[in-house]
Amino acid sequence: MSIEYFEEEDVPHVLAVDDNLIDRKLVEKLLKTSSCRVTTAENAMRAMEYLGLKENQQQNHLNGNGRKVNMIITDYCMPGMTGYELLQKIKESAVLKDVPVVIMSSENIPNRINECLEKGAERFILKPVKLADVKKLRRQLTKC
Amino acid sequence: MAAVSQLQRQFIEYTSSLYNEGYLDDQFTQLQKLQDESNPDFVVEVVSLFFEDSEKLLNNLATALQQKIVDYKQVDSHVHQFKGSSSSIGAQRVTNVCVHFRNCCEEKNLDGCLRCLQQVKHEYILVRNKLEALFRLEQQILQAGGSIPMME
Repeated sequence: MSIEYFEEEDVPHVLAVDDNLIDRKLVEKLLKTSSCRVTTAENAMRAMEYLGLKENQQQNHLNGNGRKVNMIITDYCMPGMTGYELLQKIKESAVLKDVPVVIMSSENIPNRINECLEKGAERFILKPVKLADVKKLRRQLTKC
Repeated sequence: MAAVSQLQRQFIEYTSSLYNEGYLDDQFTQLQKLQDESNPDFVVEVVSLFFEDSEKLLNNLATALQQKIVDYKQVDSHVHQFKGSSSSIGAQRVTNVCVHFRNCCEEKNLDGCLRCLQQVKHEYILVRNKLEALFRLEQQILQAGGSIPMME
């Protein structure tokens, strides 16, 4: 039986990616309320930089801040690189492929959902994101 | 204290009417649930961000629709943002107009888009006024030494 409380270092660290400012603030608060440490990124490129996935960056799972990321939650529709493309990059990375990736979208499109799940997304959440959605994710993270 | 309980009653009635008339939906309640002692101004903060963001979007939409050759993809992209943020704070009527607005973009229907712009601006102003009134009521209750009733 595992002990459910976390030491300071064991609080899950989540990277939240969304180009919408309000959504970013909301997801950040939802995650913090669920006892996660949160880093936000406003688009997929910034997320990739943070994760060390950009070309010419040294690939290791300790990013610039030296903090491992336990989960990535990203919006699907973003300008430039989509959440799906970010998911692909993460799954192609030897270092990051086992980090759970959750996709959020305001649009309930079965093809899109299947595509993401088949690419290895942990879960697909319909926006607007609610506390119950995040609590469910959080319970899953305690099993990591 | 008569004043506090009267204000609290007003608050409850006002909040209920906002939900009943569809200005707000359950997502607004979600925001309120996230507010606590460590973040007592969370709802006002998020809603203020929404107001700022919306005003920029409305300006961008007006500009985009005034172009000689309208870029409907660009217009749709702004509406998509607006739909997203209004939905995230529970501003239901604004979101509903955005849905219709996106259809007009897809059809490249300029008249439809212009009408939707007017409508979405109208709904936005309404909900903004109502939320500001709600926040003022909250302040009055707090200043009178009372606490904000929890709405279920």
